[in-house]
Formats: sequence, structure tokens, C-alpha cells
Amino acid sequence: MTSAVISATDLDLTFHTNDGPVHALKGVNLDIEPGDFVSFIGPSGCGKTTFLRVMADLEQPTGGQITVNGMTPEAARMARAYGYVFQAAGLYPWRTIARNISLPLEIMGYSKAEQDARVARVLSLVELDGFARKFPWQLSGGMQQRASIARALAFDADILLMDEPFGALDEIVRDHLNAQLLQLWAQTGKTIAFVTHSIPEAVFLSTKIVVMSPRPGRITDVIENPLPRDRTLDVRETPEFLEIAQRVRAGLRAGHQDG
Amino acid sequence: MAKPGAQIGFLAWLRLRVLPVFTIVALLFAVWYAAAVPMNAAWAQDKAKRAGVTLSTTNLIADTWSQDKPKLPAPHQVAAEIWKTTVEKKITSKRSLIYHSWITMSATLLGFGLGTVLGILLAIGIVYNRVMDMSVMPWVIASQTIPILAIAPMIIVVLNAIGISGLLPKAMISMYLSFFPVVVGMVKGLRSPDAMMLDQMRTWHASGQQMFWKLRLPASMPYLFTSLKVAMAASLVGAIVGELPTGAVAGLGARLLAGSYYGQTIQIWSALIMAAVLAALLVMIIGTVQQIVLRRMGMLR
Repeated sequence: MTSAVISATDLDLTFHTNDGPVHALKGVNLDIEPGDFVSFIGPSGCGKTTFLRVMADLEQPTGGQITVNGMTPEAARMARAYGYVFQAAGLYPWRTIARNISLPLEIMGYSKAEQDARVARVLSLVELDGFARKFPWQLSGGMQQRASIARALAFDADILLMDEPFGALDEIVRDHLNAQLLQLWAQTGKTIAFVTHSIPEAVFLSTKIVVMSPRPGRITDVIENPLPRDRTLDVRETPEFLEIAQRVRAGLRAGHQDG
Repeated sequence: MAKPGAQIGFLAWLRLRVLPVFTIVALLFAVWYAAAVPMNAAWAQDKAKRAGVTLSTTNLIADTWSQDKPKLPAPHQVAAEIWKTTVEKKITSKRSLIYHSWITMSATLLGFGLGTVLGILLAIGIVYNRVMDMSVMPWVIASQTIPILAIAPMIIVVLNAIGISGLLPKAMISMYLSFFPVVVGMVKGLRSPDAMMLDQMRTWHASGQQMFWKLRLPASMPYLFTSLKVAMAASLVGAIVGELPTGAVAGLGARLLAGSYYGQTIQIWSALIMAAVLAALLVMIIGTVQQIVLRRMGMLR
């Protein structure tokens, strides 16, 4: 037993398609420690989203071992051990923001009073106080994604799995949300696995950057980020930041060449 | 939160909403009046020949618009007949068009209700059960390719034989026609949540029931209402067709049949117009309910 929150050993996942087998993940080994912020970066088809989905029990590995909180992903899902933020906000158009956030709480059987308290708390956490009674279409894309993060924070999961949550947003909104996400992480102490294809985003956010490459999907480099945990957007101008970004870029390039 | 009606002024409303409708109606009436002249001219000429007079054009036209049993009655004749059989007759009278409309409407509504329930249940079965998904839809489609005129008398006769008569057999025919759009619409509606939304539910470990009540059913509402409008119109057609083989006792279908037995074209047309008005009213009611429900759900902008 390790202390790792998520631990993968020799993980394989092969999809069988009409064009033959696709090795989405091959021989993946990784430990994510409690309180880590781990980014997964790589070109499309490198299996980063698939890996996240395996952690969430949305895909079944075809080989190897993976544990989440020391359990199988299925047991972890049933224990509601993680919150998952998808690429799109996926808010229900017929529910107000508050009712969208309370949806998982309703499903998990929280009392009405508890639901209201938690909704109020996470709304202020993502700075959406005052938008509780709005419908999703009345919010901008960035605000919708914040609401969807609030929804994933509303119940007591100490793992947050995020699949390119800011991929569809423009640069300025993205910067703002990245800074906000770091604050959230500091406040809540959650373990975060974050899929992205943006190098600056990965370097700015993470304590650990996992570089992946495609065909077969595998981990080519794991970079420990030496930047201090409390960073501001200015850190992106420092030599240390640029150096790590350079290493990530080199890792991505290497993965492409032997791929 | 724009309410289209509230923002434009009265004159603009008149110009944008009323004028186009009025223009089309006026055009239709013009075509209708014009068509009545050649349609009924032969009979007018016949009468004149037998009476030994020649008709001037003005007299000819006047005659074609005022015959007792014209091939095509003029709009004002139909309007007068409708006025006579609605406003001037007691509702309880067998000659009241309101009475007949009520008979048809009750069968329509019962059939519509049954068809909606059947359609929704079938759709749930198709979405949740693989065997039903593979097997039911072809039968549902086949059921609609059988001419309703052929199957309606059989339904009436069979149900009569087992002692069921009156409202229910007609409602069954309405149901037969109206469940179809509901099945098609609801299958599409219940399947409208995308893979991501279903995955999301999985990550919360939601039960099948929660997925249905909190995701699939609300997501299907816009599809349901669109189907209900089609179903209502189909249901009315079903009720009218169902009234034809019963020996023309009561209902708009009976008025149509009786009118055609006795060559009462004006009666036929007034029953037809009444059926059209009834259909429009019923569909409008569904439209209003749709507006209210979807607005309360926040799905109307």
C-alpha cells in the first residue's frame, strides 16, 4: 500500500474498432499523491482523456492495475470519491444555476437545508453569488464552466478530475479561471487531475506535469514543478517558468518523433 | 426575456401580425367566391332553361352564390348555416353543430389521452429495452401504413360485438392515430441527452430512476409538445372517421355523412369548417400549455 490517492500500474486500454485495435493506453505507471495538482498534457489521441475516464470508471482498462483512494475505480465512483468536470459545462437548461449545483446533492440524498447551505458555499467559492436563480443560458461560457466546477465541489469528494474544462474559453477568461482554480485548490486541499493541451496552463497550474504521447498512448515524462504552490499569473514571466515550459515542449516533441 | 407582443406598438402589431393573416384570408375568400361561379353555373343555366329565361351575367353570378344544394357553396352560405346551427339552436338539439362538435371532441380528447399515454409508455420501452428497441418500431410504423378508413369499421364492429359502443370505439380509433407521433417524438426526446450528460450522471452514481426523472424526461419535454400537436390533429381525424361507420348517429363525422347522403353540401362544408376550427382550438390549447410549461422550466428565452 502506498499513500497515493490514485495509483496506476502497467495500465493498458485497447479499443477494438473496425480498423483494428487502438492502443489508447499502454504500460502506464503513475502515482498521484494527496493534495497534488497533476496536469496531463499531450497531443490528441495520446490517451490523456482516456486515462482520466479510467480513473472515473467511465472506461474499463484491459490490463494492469489502478486504484482510486485505495479502491477500484468502480468502488470509488460508487463512494462518490471524485467530482468530474467535463469539457462542456453540461448544465441542465431547465434548471437554475442553484438547482444545477444541487442536482448531484439531490441524487446523493442530502437534505434540502444541507443542499441550500452547500450551494451557497460553493457559489461564493467560484464567485457566482447572486447568480443562483439565473438559468444557464443567461450566463457567459466562462461563468457556466465555473458553475460546473462548483457543482463538482458541492459534495465531499477530495478528488477533482477535470477534462480540458477551459478548452473552449478565450485566453483572458482562461487566465482568470486558472488563477481562480489555484485559489480553490489552496482553499479546499483537493487532489486534482487536470487534462489540458496548453503548455502554459499545465505549467502554471500543476505540481506535477505528466507528458503523454500517442500511438500507443503512454507517459513519456513526469516533470516535478518546483514553482511555489501559491503563484500568481506573473510567475509566467519568470525564467523558472519558461525553463519548465521548455522541458514540457521538448518532451512533447520527443514523443512525436518516436511515435 | 423579450416578449414579442409587448415590445411592438399597436400599429406595428396590426401591420406585422394582423395584416398578413387578413390578406391571406381575403385572398382565399376571393378564390372561393370565384370558384363557386363556374362550379354552380351549369345548374343555374339548367334551371333558367327549364323556366325559359336567359340569365344576365349578374343574375347568373347571384344564382351561383345562393343555390340550395350547390356543388360549392359560397362562404356566406356556409357562415349563415354555421350561425343557424350554433347560435340559433339550443346546444342540446340534435341539429346543433355545437352538440355534434362536443360529441366529436369528447372522443378526440379521450383518444388523445389514451394515445399519449400509450405513446409515452412505448417510447420508454423502446429506449430502455433492447428487445423492444429492435422489435416495436417496425410494427408501430406498419400500423400507420394501414388505411384508417379500412380498419375503423372493423374496430367498431369488433368492439360492438363484445358490448362496447358509444365513445370508446371512436376513442380507440383516435388513439390508433395519435400514439404514433408521440412514440416517434418521445423516443427522440428521451434519447436527446448526449453521452456526456449520461456520463455525468454515472459519475454521481445516479440510479436508473434518477436518470429518467431528472434527465431524460425533462429533456424530452420540447419534443413531447411538438408531438402532442400532431397527435391532437390526428386524433380529431380519427374521431371523425370513427363516426362514419356508426350509421351517422352523432358527431361532426355523422354530419358529414348525412350531408353527403342528402346532397346537403352547405351542411358538409359547415361541418368541415367546424372541424377545422375545433382542431385549431385544441392545437392552440396545447401550444399555450407548451408555452407555460417550457417557460416555467426556463427553456424559453
